[in-house]
Amino acid sequence: MNIDCNTVKMETEKRARQLRRNIVRMLTEAGSGHPGGSLSIIDILNVLYFETMHIDPAQPKMADRDRFVLSKGHAAPALYAALQARGYFAEEELWKLRKTGAMLQGHPDMKKVPGVDMSTGSLGQGLSAANGMALAAKLDKAPWQVYVIAGDGEIQEGQIWEAAMSAAHYHLDNVMLFVDCNGLQIDGTNDEVMTVNPVSDKFKAFGWNVIEINGHDYEAIRGAIAAGKSVKDKPTAVISHSVKGKGVSFMENQVGWHGKAPSPEQCAQALKELGEGGEA
Amino acid sequence: MAMATRAAYGKLLETELYKNPRVVVLDADLGNATKSASFKKAAPERYFNMGISEADMMGTAAGLATAGKIPIASTFAIFATGRAFEQIRNSICYPKLNVKIAATHAGLTVGEDGGSHQAIEDLSLMRSLPNMTVINPADAKEAQEALKAAVDYEGPVYIRLGRAEVPDIHDDSYQFQWGKGEILREGSDVGIIATGIMAAKALEAADALEAKGIHARVINIHTLKPLDEELVIETAKMTGHIVTCEEHSVIGGLGSAVSEVLVRHCPVKQDFIGVDDCFGQSGKPAELLEKYGLTAAAIVKAAETK
Repeated sequence: MNIDCNTVKMETEKRARQLRRNIVRMLTEAGSGHPGGSLSIIDILNVLYFETMHIDPAQPKMADRDRFVLSKGHAAPALYAALQARGYFAEEELWKLRKTGAMLQGHPDMKKVPGVDMSTGSLGQGLSAANGMALAAKLDKAPWQVYVIAGDGEIQEGQIWEAAMSAAHYHLDNVMLFVDCNGLQIDGTNDEVMTVNPVSDKFKAFGWNVIEINGHDYEAIRGAIAAGKSVKDKPTAVISHSVKGKGVSFMENQVGWHGKAPSPEQCAQALKELGEGGEA
Repeated sequence: MAMATRAAYGKLLETELYKNPRVVVLDADLGNATKSASFKKAAPERYFNMGISEADMMGTAAGLATAGKIPIASTFAIFATGRAFEQIRNSICYPKLNVKIAATHAGLTVGEDGGSHQAIEDLSLMRSLPNMTVINPADAKEAQEALKAAVDYEGPVYIRLGRAEVPDIHDDSYQFQWGKGEILREGSDVGIIATGIMAAKALEAADALEAKGIHARVINIHTLKPLDEELVIETAKMTGHIVTCEEHSVIGGLGSAVSEVLVRHCPVKQDFIGVDDCFGQSGKPAELLEKYGLTAAAIVKAAETK
Protein backbone atom coordinates (compact mmCIF):
# COMPACT_ATOMS: atom_id res chain seq x y z
CA MET A 1 0.00 0.00 0.00
CA ASN A 2 2.81 2.35 0.90
CA ILE A 3 4.53 1.51 -2.34
CA ASP A 4 1.34 2.28 -4.33
CA CYS A 5 0.90 5.63 -2.63
CA ASN A 6 4.51 6.53 -3.23
CA THR A 7 4.27 5.50 -6.85
CA VAL A 8 1.20 7.69 -7.38
CA LYS A 9 2.95 10.57 -5.65
CA MET A 10 6.05 10.24 -7.82
CA GLU A 11 3.98 10.03 -10.98
CA THR A 12 1.94 13.08 -10.03
CA GLU A 13 5.02 15.14 -9.26
CA LYS A 14 6.83 13.96 -12.35
CA ARG A 15 3.82 14.86 -14.46
CA ALA A 16 3.62 18.27 -12.75
CA ARG A 17 7.17 19.01 -13.88
CA GLN A 18 6.32 17.86 -17.41
CA LEU A 19 3.21 20.06 -17.51
CA ARG A 20 5.21 23.02 -16.23
CA ARG A 21 7.89 22.43 -18.86
CA ASN A 22 5.22 22.40 -21.56
CA ILE A 23 3.74 25.66 -20.25
CA VAL A 24 7.16 27.33 -20.40
CA ARG A 25 7.95 25.89 -23.82
CA MET A 26 4.63 26.82 -25.40
CA LEU A 27 4.84 30.39 -24.10
CA THR A 28 8.38 30.71 -25.41
CA GLU A 29 7.27 29.42 -28.81
CA ALA A 30 4.27 31.76 -28.77
CA GLY A 31 6.35 34.78 -27.79
CA SER A 32 3.57 36.10 -25.56
CA GLY A 33 1.13 34.88 -22.92
CA HIS A 34 0.80 34.41 -19.18
CA PRO A 35 3.30 32.15 -17.41
CA GLY A 36 2.83 33.27 -13.77
CA GLY A 37 -0.83 32.39 -13.36
CA SER A 38 -0.50 29.25 -15.47
CA LEU A 39 2.24 27.86 -13.24
CA SER A 40 0.28 28.72 -10.09
CA ILE A 41 -2.77 26.59 -11.03
CA ILE A 42 -1.18 23.61 -12.72
CA ASP A 43 -1.13 21.43 -9.60
CA ILE A 44 -4.91 21.74 -9.26
CA LEU A 45 -5.37 20.84 -12.94
CA ASN A 46 -2.98 17.93 -12.49
CA VAL A 47 -5.31 16.46 -9.88
CA LEU A 48 -8.59 17.37 -11.60
CA TYR A 49 -7.68 16.03 -15.04
CA PHE A 50 -5.72 12.95 -13.95
CA GLU A 51 -7.53 11.83 -10.81
CA THR A 52 -10.83 13.56 -10.18
CA MET A 53 -12.86 14.34 -13.25
CA HIS A 54 -15.08 11.84 -14.99
CA ILE A 55 -13.98 12.51 -18.56
CA ASP A 56 -13.09 10.65 -21.74
CA PRO A 57 -10.64 12.32 -24.12
CA ALA A 58 -12.04 10.13 -26.92
CA GLN A 59 -15.48 11.65 -26.28
CA PRO A 60 -14.90 15.28 -25.32
CA LYS A 61 -18.64 16.04 -25.49
CA MET A 62 -19.72 13.00 -23.45
CA ALA A 63 -23.03 14.05 -21.89
CA ASP A 64 -22.34 12.98 -18.32
CA ARG A 65 -18.76 14.24 -18.15
CA ASP A 66 -17.62 16.50 -15.37
CA ARG A 67 -17.11 20.07 -16.60
CA PHE A 68 -14.24 22.45 -16.09
CA VAL A 69 -14.36 26.23 -16.58
CA LEU A 70 -11.14 28.22 -16.55
CA SER A 71 -12.61 31.54 -15.49
CA LYS A 72 -9.11 33.03 -15.38
CA GLY A 73 -8.83 32.24 -19.06
CA HIS A 74 -5.42 33.86 -19.49
CA ALA A 75 -3.98 30.79 -17.76
CA ALA A 76 -4.96 28.85 -20.90
CA PRO A 77 -1.45 27.34 -21.31
CA ALA A 78 -2.01 25.36 -18.08
CA LEU A 79 -5.32 24.02 -19.37
CA TYR A 80 -3.82 23.20 -22.77
CA ALA A 81 -0.90 21.39 -21.14
CA ALA A 82 -3.29 19.29 -19.04
CA LEU A 83 -5.65 18.51 -21.93
CA GLN A 84 -2.77 17.53 -24.20
CA ALA A 85 -1.17 15.30 -21.58
CA ARG A 86 -4.57 13.71 -20.96
CA GLY A 87 -4.80 12.88 -24.67
CA TYR A 88 -7.29 15.38 -26.06
CA PHE A 89 -5.00 16.49 -28.88
CA ALA A 90 -1.52 16.10 -30.31
CA GLU A 91 1.53 17.68 -28.70
CA GLU A 92 2.40 19.60 -31.86
CA GLU A 93 -0.66 21.82 -31.27
CA LEU A 94 1.03 23.21 -28.15
CA TRP A 95 3.80 24.76 -30.19
CA LYS A 96 1.30 26.65 -32.38
CA LEU A 97 -0.28 28.47 -29.44
CA ARG A 98 -1.38 32.03 -30.28
CA LYS A 99 -0.30 31.68 -33.91
CA THR A 100 -2.57 32.63 -36.80
CA GLY A 101 -4.82 29.73 -37.75
CA ALA A 102 -3.92 27.71 -34.66
CA MET A 103 -6.41 25.65 -32.68
CA LEU A 104 -5.02 26.97 -29.41
CA GLN A 105 -6.13 30.58 -29.03
CA GLY A 106 -4.69 33.03 -26.51
CA HIS A 107 -7.72 32.34 -24.33
CA PRO A 108 -9.78 29.12 -24.23
CA ASP A 109 -12.18 28.68 -27.16
CA MET A 110 -14.69 25.85 -26.74
CA LYS A 111 -15.47 25.94 -30.45
CA LYS A 112 -11.92 25.10 -31.39
CA VAL A 113 -10.39 22.96 -28.66
CA PRO A 114 -11.64 19.50 -27.72
CA GLY A 115 -12.02 19.30 -23.97
CA VAL A 116 -12.64 23.00 -23.40
CA ASP A 117 -16.12 23.21 -21.86
CA MET A 118 -16.49 27.01 -21.93
CA SER A 119 -14.92 29.90 -23.80
CA THR A 120 -13.43 32.30 -21.29
CA GLY A 121 -10.85 35.03 -21.01
CA SER A 122 -12.86 38.10 -20.19
CA LEU A 123 -12.44 37.98 -16.42
CA GLY A 124 -15.38 37.44 -14.10
CA GLN A 125 -17.61 35.49 -16.47
CA GLY A 126 -16.70 31.85 -15.80
CA LEU A 127 -18.52 31.25 -12.54
CA SER A 128 -21.85 32.31 -14.03
CA ALA A 129 -21.40 29.83 -16.88
CA ALA A 130 -20.42 27.12 -14.41
CA ASN A 131 -23.58 27.82 -12.43
CA GLY A 132 -25.62 27.44 -15.61
CA MET A 133 -24.01 24.07 -16.26
CA ALA A 134 -24.69 23.02 -12.67
CA LEU A 135 -28.34 24.09 -12.93
CA ALA A 136 -28.65 21.96 -16.07
CA ALA A 137 -27.22 18.97 -14.19
CA LYS A 138 -29.70 19.54 -11.36
CA LEU A 139 -32.61 19.74 -13.82
CA ASP A 140 -31.51 16.48 -15.43
CA LYS A 141 -30.80 14.89 -12.05
CA ALA A 142 -27.36 14.12 -13.48
CA PRO A 143 -24.42 13.38 -11.19
CA TRP A 144 -21.76 15.43 -12.93
CA GLN A 145 -19.78 18.15 -11.21
CA VAL A 146 -18.54 21.52 -12.39
CA TYR A 147 -15.07 22.71 -11.42
CA VAL A 148 -14.00 26.32 -11.88
CA ILE A 149 -10.76 28.19 -11.33
CA ALA A 150 -10.85 31.95 -10.81
CA GLY A 151 -7.95 34.22 -9.96
CA ASP A 152 -7.68 36.32 -6.83
CA GLY A 153 -7.38 39.46 -8.92
CA GLU A 154 -10.35 38.26 -10.95
CA ILE A 155 -12.68 38.33 -7.96
CA GLN A 156 -12.48 42.11 -8.14
CA GLU A 157 -15.03 41.71 -10.95
CA GLY A 158 -18.57 42.30 -9.67
CA GLN A 159 -20.03 39.47 -11.73
CA ILE A 160 -18.14 36.96 -9.59
CA TRP A 161 -20.19 38.08 -6.59
CA GLU A 162 -23.43 38.05 -8.52
CA ALA A 163 -22.61 34.46 -9.42
CA ALA A 164 -21.50 33.68 -5.87
CA MET A 165 -24.96 34.75 -4.70
CA SER A 166 -26.66 32.67 -7.40
CA ALA A 167 -24.69 29.50 -6.62
CA ALA A 168 -25.65 29.70 -2.96
CA HIS A 169 -29.25 30.70 -3.70
CA TYR A 170 -29.73 27.68 -5.96
CA HIS A 171 -27.84 25.34 -3.59
CA LEU A 172 -25.36 24.36 -6.28
CA ASP A 173 -23.39 21.74 -4.36
CA ASN A 174 -22.19 20.48 -7.74
CA VAL A 175 -20.07 23.61 -8.21
CA MET A 176 -16.54 23.73 -6.84
CA LEU A 177 -14.65 26.99 -7.28
CA PHE A 178 -10.92 27.19 -6.77
CA VAL A 179 -9.74 30.73 -6.11
CA ASP A 180 -6.10 30.83 -7.10
CA CYS A 181 -4.69 33.20 -4.52
CA ASN A 182 -1.21 33.99 -5.74
CA GLY A 183 -1.46 37.54 -4.44
CA LEU A 184 -0.38 39.25 -7.66
CA GLN A 185 -2.07 40.83 -10.64
CA ILE A 186 -0.89 42.84 -13.63
CA ASP A 187 -0.31 46.19 -11.94
CA GLY A 188 1.09 44.88 -8.65
CA THR A 189 0.03 42.96 -5.57
CA ASN A 190 -3.70 42.56 -4.88
CA ASP A 191 -3.24 44.76 -1.85
CA GLU A 192 -1.70 47.54 -3.92
CA VAL A 193 -4.26 47.35 -6.69
CA MET A 194 -7.52 46.49 -4.90
CA THR A 195 -7.70 44.58 -1.66
CA VAL A 196 -9.51 41.25 -2.03
CA ASN A 197 -8.93 39.83 1.45
CA PRO A 198 -10.39 38.34 3.48
CA VAL A 199 -11.35 36.02 0.59
CA SER A 200 -12.52 33.13 2.78
CA ASP A 201 -14.73 35.34 4.91
CA LYS A 202 -16.29 36.85 1.82
CA PHE A 203 -17.30 33.45 0.40
CA LYS A 204 -18.50 32.28 3.82
CA ALA A 205 -20.64 35.41 4.07
CA PHE A 206 -22.08 34.57 0.64
CA GLY A 207 -23.19 31.17 1.94
CA TRP A 208 -20.45 28.96 0.57
CA ASN A 209 -18.64 26.03 2.10
CA VAL A 210 -15.06 27.27 2.29
CA ILE A 211 -11.82 25.27 2.47
CA GLU A 212 -8.38 26.86 2.59
CA ILE A 213 -5.38 24.99 1.24
CA ASN A 214 -1.87 25.29 -0.07
CA GLY A 215 -2.50 25.08 -3.82
CA HIS A 216 0.71 23.15 -4.47
CA ASP A 217 0.13 20.46 -1.82
CA TYR A 218 -1.31 17.44 -3.59
CA GLU A 219 -2.71 15.81 -0.48
CA ALA A 220 -4.42 19.11 0.41
CA ILE A 221 -5.90 19.46 -3.09
CA ARG A 222 -7.21 15.87 -3.02
CA GLY A 223 -8.57 16.37 0.48
CA ALA A 224 -10.35 19.60 -0.44
CA ILE A 225 -12.01 18.02 -3.47
CA ALA A 226 -13.22 15.05 -1.44
CA ALA A 227 -14.43 17.25 1.39
CA GLY A 228 -16.13 19.69 -0.97
CA LYS A 229 -17.96 16.94 -2.85
CA SER A 230 -19.34 15.54 0.40
CA VAL A 231 -20.98 18.84 1.38
CA LYS A 232 -24.59 19.04 0.25
CA ASP A 233 -26.82 22.03 -0.49
CA LYS A 234 -24.08 24.60 -0.85
CA PRO A 235 -21.26 25.30 -3.31
CA THR A 236 -17.66 24.89 -2.21
CA ALA A 237 -14.92 27.50 -2.58
CA VAL A 238 -11.39 26.20 -2.25
CA ILE A 239 -9.21 29.15 -1.37
CA SER A 240 -5.98 27.96 -2.83
CA HIS A 241 -2.86 29.80 -1.68
CA SER A 242 -0.30 29.56 -4.42
CA VAL A 243 2.95 30.94 -5.74
CA LYS A 244 2.72 32.83 -9.01
CA GLY A 245 5.29 31.37 -11.39
CA LYS A 246 5.68 28.29 -9.17
CA GLY A 247 8.55 26.01 -10.16
CA VAL A 248 10.68 28.52 -12.05
CA SER A 249 12.96 30.36 -9.61
CA PHE A 250 13.15 33.66 -11.44
CA MET A 251 9.39 33.80 -12.08
CA GLU A 252 8.21 32.97 -8.58
CA ASN A 253 6.30 35.81 -6.89
CA GLN A 254 7.34 38.25 -9.60
CA VAL A 255 4.62 40.61 -10.87
CA GLY A 256 6.58 41.07 -14.08
CA TRP A 257 5.97 37.45 -15.05
CA HIS A 258 2.18 37.86 -15.19
CA GLY A 259 2.07 38.37 -18.90
CA LYS A 260 5.32 37.99 -20.74
CA ALA A 261 7.03 35.18 -22.54
CA PRO A 262 10.45 33.83 -21.59
CA SER A 263 13.39 34.43 -23.91
CA PRO A 264 15.05 31.28 -25.31
CA GLU A 265 17.76 31.59 -22.64
CA GLN A 266 15.22 31.99 -19.87
CA CYS A 267 13.30 29.06 -21.29
CA ALA A 268 16.43 26.88 -21.20
CA GLN A 269 17.07 27.77 -17.59
CA ALA A 270 13.45 27.19 -16.62
CA LEU A 271 13.39 23.79 -18.32
CA LYS A 272 16.58 22.85 -16.50
CA GLU A 273 15.06 23.82 -13.16
CA LEU A 274 12.00 21.79 -14.06
CA GLY A 275 14.07 18.69 -14.56
CA GLU A 276 14.42 18.50 -18.32
CA GLY A 277 16.90 15.82 -19.29
CA GLY A 278 16.94 14.56 -15.73
CA GLU A 279 13.89 12.34 -16.03
CA ALA A 280 13.26 9.12 -17.88
CA MET B 1 -57.14 44.09 -32.02
CA ALA B 2 -54.05 45.25 -30.24
CA MET B 3 -51.66 43.55 -27.85
CA ALA B 4 -48.19 44.31 -26.52
CA THR B 5 -45.52 41.98 -27.89
CA ARG B 6 -44.33 41.28 -24.33
CA ALA B 7 -47.84 40.04 -23.50
CA ALA B 8 -47.77 37.81 -26.56
CA TYR B 9 -44.44 36.44 -25.35
CA GLY B 10 -45.83 35.67 -21.89
CA LYS B 11 -48.84 33.95 -23.38
CA LEU B 12 -46.71 31.80 -25.67
CA LEU B 13 -44.47 30.73 -22.80
CA GLU B 14 -47.35 29.33 -20.78
CA THR B 15 -49.34 27.86 -23.64
CA GLU B 16 -46.64 26.41 -25.90
CA LEU B 17 -42.98 26.89 -25.16
CA TYR B 18 -43.12 25.19 -21.76
CA LYS B 19 -43.96 21.94 -23.57
CA ASN B 20 -40.40 21.73 -24.87
CA PRO B 21 -38.50 20.21 -21.94
CA ARG B 22 -35.24 21.80 -23.10
CA VAL B 23 -36.60 25.33 -22.72
CA VAL B 24 -35.62 27.15 -19.53
CA VAL B 25 -36.44 30.78 -18.76
CA LEU B 26 -34.36 33.27 -16.79
CA ASP B 27 -35.21 36.76 -15.64
CA ALA B 28 -33.54 39.43 -13.54
CA ASP B 29 -36.35 40.42 -11.17
CA LEU B 30 -38.60 41.77 -13.89
CA GLY B 31 -40.66 38.66 -14.62
CA ASN B 32 -43.99 40.38 -14.05
CA ALA B 33 -43.04 43.25 -16.35
CA THR B 34 -41.36 41.23 -19.09
CA LYS B 35 -44.13 38.60 -18.72
CA SER B 36 -41.54 35.84 -18.49
CA ALA B 37 -43.10 34.93 -15.12
CA SER B 38 -45.90 33.25 -17.08
CA PHE B 39 -43.48 30.40 -17.67
CA LYS B 40 -43.17 29.91 -13.93
CA LYS B 41 -46.82 28.92 -13.72
CA ALA B 42 -46.40 26.25 -16.37
CA ALA B 43 -42.93 24.92 -15.51
CA PRO B 44 -41.71 26.32 -12.15
CA GLU B 45 -38.67 24.03 -11.99
CA ARG B 46 -37.37 25.48 -15.27
CA TYR B 47 -37.81 29.15 -14.32
CA PHE B 48 -34.84 30.89 -12.73
CA ASN B 49 -35.08 34.32 -11.21
CA MET B 50 -31.48 35.48 -11.12
CA GLY B 51 -32.12 38.60 -9.11
CA ILE B 52 -31.06 42.04 -10.26
CA SER B 53 -27.90 40.83 -11.98
CA GLU B 54 -28.15 40.85 -15.75
CA ALA B 55 -24.49 39.99 -16.34
CA ASP B 56 -24.78 36.85 -14.22
CA MET B 57 -28.06 35.98 -15.91
CA MET B 58 -26.49 36.03 -19.39
CA GLY B 59 -23.53 33.95 -18.23
CA THR B 60 -25.80 31.45 -16.50
CA ALA B 61 -27.88 31.18 -19.65
CA ALA B 62 -24.69 30.45 -21.59
CA GLY B 63 -23.77 27.66 -19.18
CA LEU B 64 -27.24 26.13 -19.44
CA ALA B 65 -26.91 26.19 -23.23
CA THR B 66 -23.61 24.29 -23.14
CA ALA B 67 -25.50 21.45 -21.46
CA GLY B 68 -28.22 21.23 -24.09
CA LYS B 69 -30.85 23.52 -22.60
CA ILE B 70 -32.53 26.27 -24.63
CA PRO B 71 -32.41 29.25 -22.29
CA ILE B 72 -34.59 32.30 -22.89
CA ALA B 73 -33.25 35.23 -20.89
CA SER B 74 -35.51 38.20 -20.30
CA THR B 75 -35.10 41.67 -18.92
CA PHE B 76 -35.60 45.19 -20.24
CA ALA B 77 -33.75 45.81 -23.51
CA ILE B 78 -31.65 48.56 -21.94
CA PHE B 79 -30.21 46.20 -19.31
CA ALA B 80 -29.95 43.15 -21.55
CA THR B 81 -27.96 44.87 -24.25
CA GLY B 82 -26.35 47.64 -22.21
CA ARG B 83 -25.44 46.25 -18.83
CA ALA B 84 -24.74 42.76 -20.10
CA PHE B 85 -23.34 43.59 -23.53
CA GLU B 86 -19.97 42.03 -22.98
CA GLN B 87 -21.43 38.89 -21.42
CA ILE B 88 -23.60 38.53 -24.52
CA ARG B 89 -20.53 39.07 -26.65
CA ASN B 90 -18.02 36.83 -24.93
CA SER B 91 -20.11 34.19 -23.13
CA ILE B 92 -22.89 33.80 -25.74
CA CYS B 93 -21.95 35.02 -29.22
CA TYR B 94 -18.24 34.18 -29.26
CA PRO B 95 -18.92 30.50 -28.47
CA LYS B 96 -22.19 30.68 -30.52
CA LEU B 97 -24.28 29.29 -27.71
CA ASN B 98 -27.96 28.55 -28.10
CA VAL B 99 -29.30 31.38 -25.96
CA LYS B 100 -32.40 33.42 -26.80
CA ILE B 101 -32.61 36.93 -25.40
CA ALA B 102 -36.22 38.09 -25.22
CA ALA B 103 -35.75 41.75 -24.28
CA THR B 104 -38.81 43.82 -23.51
CA HIS B 105 -39.52 47.52 -22.92
CA ALA B 106 -37.51 48.51 -25.98
CA GLY B 107 -37.72 51.94 -27.53
CA LEU B 108 -39.52 55.15 -26.63
CA THR B 109 -42.82 53.37 -25.93
CA VAL B 110 -41.48 52.41 -22.51
CA GLY B 111 -43.09 55.77 -21.83
CA GLU B 112 -43.22 57.22 -18.36
CA ASP B 113 -40.05 55.56 -17.00
CA GLY B 114 -38.13 57.96 -19.22
CA GLY B 115 -34.93 58.13 -21.20
CA SER B 116 -32.82 56.06 -18.80
CA HIS B 117 -35.03 53.06 -19.55
CA GLN B 118 -35.73 53.56 -23.24
CA ALA B 119 -33.33 51.42 -25.28
CA ILE B 120 -32.80 53.20 -28.59
CA GLU B 121 -29.46 51.56 -29.38
CA ASP B 122 -30.13 47.87 -28.68
CA LEU B 123 -30.57 46.85 -32.31
CA SER B 124 -27.33 48.59 -33.19
CA LEU B 125 -25.43 46.84 -30.40
CA MET B 126 -26.86 43.39 -31.13
CA ARG B 127 -26.48 43.73 -34.90
CA SER B 128 -22.75 44.36 -34.49
CA LEU B 129 -22.15 40.96 -32.85
CA PRO B 130 -21.01 38.05 -35.04
CA ASN B 131 -23.25 34.95 -34.75
CA MET B 132 -26.20 37.00 -33.47
CA THR B 133 -29.62 36.94 -35.15
CA VAL B 134 -31.65 40.09 -34.51
CA ILE B 135 -35.45 40.07 -34.69
CA ASN B 136 -37.85 42.95 -34.08
CA PRO B 137 -41.47 41.76 -34.41
CA ALA B 138 -44.19 44.13 -35.61
CA ASP B 139 -47.10 42.74 -33.62
CA ALA B 140 -48.23 40.02 -31.23
CA LYS B 141 -48.68 37.30 -33.84
CA GLU B 142 -45.30 37.95 -35.39
CA ALA B 143 -43.67 37.99 -31.96
CA GLN B 144 -45.06 34.56 -31.18
CA GLU B 145 -44.11 33.07 -34.53
CA ALA B 146 -40.62 34.56 -34.28
CA LEU B 147 -40.16 33.16 -30.78
CA LYS B 148 -41.20 29.68 -31.90
CA ALA B 149 -38.78 29.88 -34.83
CA ALA B 150 -36.01 31.15 -32.56
CA VAL B 151 -36.41 28.18 -30.22
CA ASP B 152 -36.12 25.83 -33.20
CA TYR B 153 -33.01 27.64 -34.48
CA GLU B 154 -29.60 26.68 -33.09
CA GLY B 155 -27.65 29.78 -32.05
CA PRO B 156 -27.93 33.14 -30.30
CA VAL B 157 -31.04 35.21 -31.06
CA TYR B 158 -32.03 38.67 -29.85
CA ILE B 159 -35.78 39.35 -29.93
CA ARG B 160 -36.94 42.89 -29.26
CA LEU B 161 -40.31 43.22 -27.55
CA GLY B 162 -42.32 46.22 -26.43
CA ARG B 163 -44.22 47.40 -23.39
CA ALA B 164 -47.07 49.18 -25.13
CA GLU B 165 -49.92 47.70 -27.12
CA VAL B 166 -49.41 47.62 -30.87
CA PRO B 167 -52.15 47.10 -33.49
CA ASP B 168 -52.26 43.69 -35.14
CA ILE B 169 -51.11 43.75 -38.73
CA HIS B 170 -51.09 39.96 -39.11
CA ASP B 171 -53.91 37.45 -38.81
CA ASP B 172 -53.70 33.90 -37.51
CA SER B 173 -52.67 32.51 -40.89
CA TYR B 174 -49.38 34.48 -40.86
CA GLN B 175 -46.31 32.40 -41.64
CA PHE B 176 -43.06 33.76 -40.24
CA GLN B 177 -40.17 33.24 -42.64
CA TRP B 178 -36.73 33.24 -41.02
CA GLY B 179 -34.54 35.96 -42.52
CA LYS B 180 -37.15 37.06 -45.06
CA GLY B 181 -38.74 40.46 -45.24
CA GLU B 182 -42.47 40.70 -45.78
CA ILE B 183 -44.21 42.72 -48.50
CA LEU B 184 -47.15 44.31 -46.71
CA ARG B 185 -48.32 46.36 -49.66
CA GLU B 186 -47.33 46.72 -53.31
CA GLY B 187 -46.50 50.03 -54.94
CA SER B 188 -43.72 51.49 -57.04
CA ASP B 189 -43.45 55.21 -56.24
CA VAL B 190 -41.66 54.94 -52.93
CA GLY B 191 -40.40 52.06 -50.75
CA ILE B 192 -41.23 52.28 -47.06
CA ILE B 193 -39.15 49.77 -45.10
CA ALA B 194 -40.22 49.48 -41.48
CA THR B 195 -39.47 47.34 -38.45
CA GLY B 196 -41.27 46.62 -35.18
CA ILE B 197 -44.09 48.91 -34.16
CA MET B 198 -43.32 51.23 -37.09
CA ALA B 199 -44.71 48.67 -39.56
CA ALA B 200 -48.26 49.63 -38.57
CA LYS B 201 -47.37 53.32 -38.94
CA ALA B 202 -45.93 52.59 -42.38
CA LEU B 203 -49.23 51.03 -43.48
CA GLU B 204 -51.08 54.04 -42.14
CA ALA B 205 -48.73 56.29 -44.08
CA ALA B 206 -49.25 54.26 -47.24
CA ASP B 207 -53.00 54.81 -46.99
CA ALA B 208 -52.48 58.54 -46.71
CA LEU B 209 -50.06 58.52 -49.63
CA GLU B 210 -52.50 56.52 -51.74
CA ALA B 211 -55.08 59.24 -51.21
CA LYS B 212 -52.56 61.63 -52.74
CA GLY B 213 -51.96 59.31 -55.67
CA ILE B 214 -48.60 58.05 -54.43
CA HIS B 215 -48.28 54.27 -54.48
CA ALA B 216 -45.97 53.06 -51.73
CA ARG B 217 -44.43 49.63 -51.44
CA VAL B 218 -44.38 48.73 -47.75
CA ILE B 219 -41.90 46.21 -46.40
CA ASN B 220 -41.82 44.78 -42.89
CA ILE B 221 -38.31 43.79 -41.81
CA HIS B 222 -38.77 41.62 -38.73
CA THR B 223 -35.26 40.20 -39.03
CA LEU B 224 -32.58 42.88 -39.13
CA LYS B 225 -29.84 40.30 -39.17
CA PRO B 226 -29.49 38.44 -41.38
CA LEU B 227 -31.17 41.11 -43.50
CA ASP B 228 -33.24 40.18 -46.55
CA GLU B 229 -30.88 42.03 -48.87
CA GLU B 230 -32.58 40.81 -52.02
CA LEU B 231 -35.91 42.34 -51.06
CA VAL B 232 -34.27 45.61 -50.02
CA ILE B 233 -32.41 45.90 -53.32
CA GLU B 234 -35.49 44.94 -55.32
CA THR B 235 -37.53 47.62 -53.52
CA ALA B 236 -34.88 50.27 -54.16
CA LYS B 237 -34.70 49.35 -57.85
CA MET B 238 -38.46 49.40 -58.14
CA THR B 239 -39.06 52.73 -56.38
CA GLY B 240 -35.84 54.75 -56.45
CA HIS B 241 -36.63 56.21 -53.01
CA ILE B 242 -36.48 54.41 -49.66
CA VAL B 243 -37.84 55.54 -46.30
CA THR B 244 -36.71 53.43 -43.34
CA CYS B 245 -38.77 53.56 -40.15
CA GLU B 246 -37.73 52.35 -36.72
CA GLU B 247 -38.39 53.05 -33.05
CA HIS B 248 -34.63 53.23 -32.53
CA SER B 249 -31.74 55.57 -33.09
CA VAL B 250 -31.08 56.35 -36.72
CA ILE B 251 -27.52 55.21 -35.97
CA GLY B 252 -26.88 51.51 -36.33
CA GLY B 253 -30.39 50.11 -36.67
CA LEU B 254 -32.62 49.33 -39.64
CA GLY B 255 -31.76 52.51 -41.53
CA SER B 256 -28.07 51.75 -41.28
CA ALA B 257 -28.58 48.10 -42.21
CA VAL B 258 -30.54 49.09 -45.32
CA SER B 259 -28.07 51.78 -46.36
CA GLU B 260 -25.15 49.37 -45.91
CA VAL B 261 -26.77 47.20 -48.56
CA LEU B 262 -28.02 49.90 -50.91
CA VAL B 263 -24.82 51.93 -51.05
CA ARG B 264 -23.11 48.86 -52.47
CA HIS B 265 -25.82 47.48 -54.73
CA CYS B 266 -28.33 50.18 -55.61
CA PRO B 267 -27.69 53.66 -54.21
CA VAL B 268 -30.96 55.62 -54.07
CA LYS B 269 -32.27 58.48 -51.97
CA GLN B 270 -32.95 57.26 -48.45
CA ASP B 271 -34.79 58.99 -45.63
CA PHE B 272 -34.39 57.88 -42.04
CA ILE B 273 -37.39 57.92 -39.70
CA GLY B 274 -36.05 57.17 -36.22
CA VAL B 275 -34.73 58.77 -33.07
CA ASP B 276 -32.31 61.42 -34.26
CA ASP B 277 -29.29 60.75 -32.03
CA CYS B 278 -30.84 61.89 -28.77
CA PHE B 279 -32.23 60.31 -25.62
CA GLY B 280 -35.91 59.94 -24.86
CA GLN B 281 -37.86 61.29 -21.90
CA SER B 282 -40.89 60.54 -19.73
CA GLY B 283 -44.32 60.74 -21.29
CA LYS B 284 -47.17 58.74 -22.74
CA PRO B 285 -45.95 56.40 -25.49
CA ALA B 286 -48.12 57.95 -28.21
CA GLU B 287 -47.06 61.46 -27.22
CA LEU B 288 -43.39 60.49 -27.28
CA LEU B 289 -43.70 58.94 -30.74
CA GLU B 290 -45.26 62.21 -31.88
CA LYS B 291 -42.58 64.32 -30.19
CA TYR B 292 -39.71 62.36 -31.71
CA GLY B 293 -41.26 62.23 -35.18
CA LEU B 294 -42.10 58.54 -35.32
CA THR B 295 -45.49 59.01 -36.93
CA ALA B 296 -47.37 58.17 -40.11
CA ALA B 297 -47.40 61.89 -40.92
CA ALA B 298 -43.60 62.04 -40.72
CA ILE B 299 -43.33 59.01 -43.01
CA VAL B 300 -45.74 60.62 -45.49
CA LYS B 301 -43.74 63.82 -45.50
CA ALA B 302 -40.49 61.97 -46.16
CA ALA B 303 -42.07 59.76 -48.79
CA GLU B 304 -43.54 62.57 -50.84
CA THR B 305 -40.38 64.69 -50.80
CA LYS B 306 -38.42 63.63 -53.82
